[in-house]
Amino acid sequence: MNNLWDDSLSGFWSAWIIVITLGSIGLAFWLLYANRRTDKAPDAEGNIETTGHAADGIEEYDNPLPRWWFQLYVGTVIFALGYLLLYPGLGNFAGVLGWTQEGQWEEEVARAEERFTPIFAQYEEVPIPELAEDAEAMQVAERIFLNNCAVCHGSNARGGYGFPNLTDDDWLYGGEPEQILTTLHQGRNGLMPSWQQLGENNIENLTQHVLSLSGLEHDAERAEQGAALFTSVCAACHTPDGTGNQALGAPNLTNDTWLYRAPGQSVADAVRQTLRNGRNGHMPAQAAYIGEERVHLVAAYVYSLRLQD
Amino acid sequence: MRHEIVEKNVGLLAVLVLVVISFGGLAEVVPLFFQKQTTEPVEGLRPLSALELEGRDIYRREGCVGCHSQMIRPFRAETERYGHYSVAGESVYEHNFLWGSKRTGPDLARVGGRYSDDWHRAHMYNPRDVVPESIMPAYPWLFENTLDGRATPRKMEALRSLGVPYTDEQIENATSEVRGQQEITALVAYLQQLGTVLEGTR
Repeated sequence: MNNLWDDSLSGFWSAWIIVITLGSIGLAFWLLYANRRTDKAPDAEGNIETTGHAADGIEEYDNPLPRWWFQLYVGTVIFALGYLLLYPGLGNFAGVLGWTQEGQWEEEVARAEERFTPIFAQYEEVPIPELAEDAEAMQVAERIFLNNCAVCHGSNARGGYGFPNLTDDDWLYGGEPEQILTTLHQGRNGLMPSWQQLGENNIENLTQHVLSLSGLEHDAERAEQGAALFTSVCAACHTPDGTGNQALGAPNLTNDTWLYRAPGQSVADAVRQTLRNGRNGHMPAQAAYIGEERVHLVAAYVYSLRLQD
Repeated sequence: MRHEIVEKNVGLLAVLVLVVISFGGLAEVVPLFFQKQTTEPVEGLRPLSALELEGRDIYRREGCVGCHSQMIRPFRAETERYGHYSVAGESVYEHNFLWGSKRTGPDLARVGGRYSDDWHRAHMYNPRDVVPESIMPAYPWLFENTLDGRATPRKMEALRSLGVPYTDEQIENATSEVRGQQEITALVAYLQQLGTVLEGTR
């Protein structure tokens, strides 16, 4: 990358930091040292000269700091100098340990990779349908799913309004291992255009036709009128019989899965809304976020969901 | 110098106190104004568009920064979850910065592109609709309020005076770009660009 990781300072600013840092430590120490004892010893009669402050007859002595306090302070000065010698603190001086924030992070990551890579590598060799039956692997995969996928698909993977249920056998883009992997690697963009331009009458006819496809209650006359329009407008993606096309992510309209049916909404209203405004489903590609080795595990987890009931 | 002189002259005392406490800032803060790492933008960094800028102001208005940080620290636990740690060059055009220090919700420094626009809208309308266990408040008014964009050019000019390289053209078109947009659209546009400039920042 560019100079963003270059945190070096010009010679002037480096010197500036060094002078101020060491100077203030030195000054503080000098102040302390210069005041370590006072010459206010008691006189012949045992009277001690005070600071002159008096409140309600109570006078203030001008005694030196307690020894333990003084030594503690000297300790902090020694600690500060030791720290500045070992760690970066004095301008461009990197410290004799060579410690950096990035370096510590890289070490941490390398340690984790050393530990986890063999486990993931082992899982990666197992074909997805087989891996889906490995209870231990699925426990690992479930954690990854919960951290990354559950935000949209739900912690039970049953989806929600606008977010596909992964536990049923209805798939927009296919539920075979290869298809799940493609979804995870490349993401998906489902685009249903708006058909506002057809006019409300045609939209109503199409809606009734779509309802008839899955055997829902519908106006037979309007459904009949919508049939021809369905063939010319919708069939290209949803196929003439309305069973959908996984290559395009066009949903099957003949079953009882309605991705965009809001809670409490009737199917008819949901279909009308879709026809009027269109839909734009977007699944972001995940490989870049969770890393290649985890994609395989998550794919197996998604595949395994069909094995539960 | 006797105690008395310092203790009985408030003005002198104040000056001396200021001198003493400025040492830390002089050594730790001032040099950063002259360091490339903190003053030069990362490659590809661009100023926020008018719509994103309005979204940022909504983010500030609604106090998002009170629960969400925008600062990924260089620890594995954080970079695993959120992506590459934040670098100073990403914030060069931020006035004021929204790094935050409170994480009731997750860090948002690299939330851009992570979820779909639809998800953000559903989530902002009522977080429980998509994340049942969420304790985030709902922001339904963002769907009712629209922007008029009257102040947008002036905001951009103010930022330009602080060194954000807006062009005259951008400032000229700012109002028409945002006028009539829902506030939620602006906020989502802002969120979707967060942390997307650095490459390889999974």
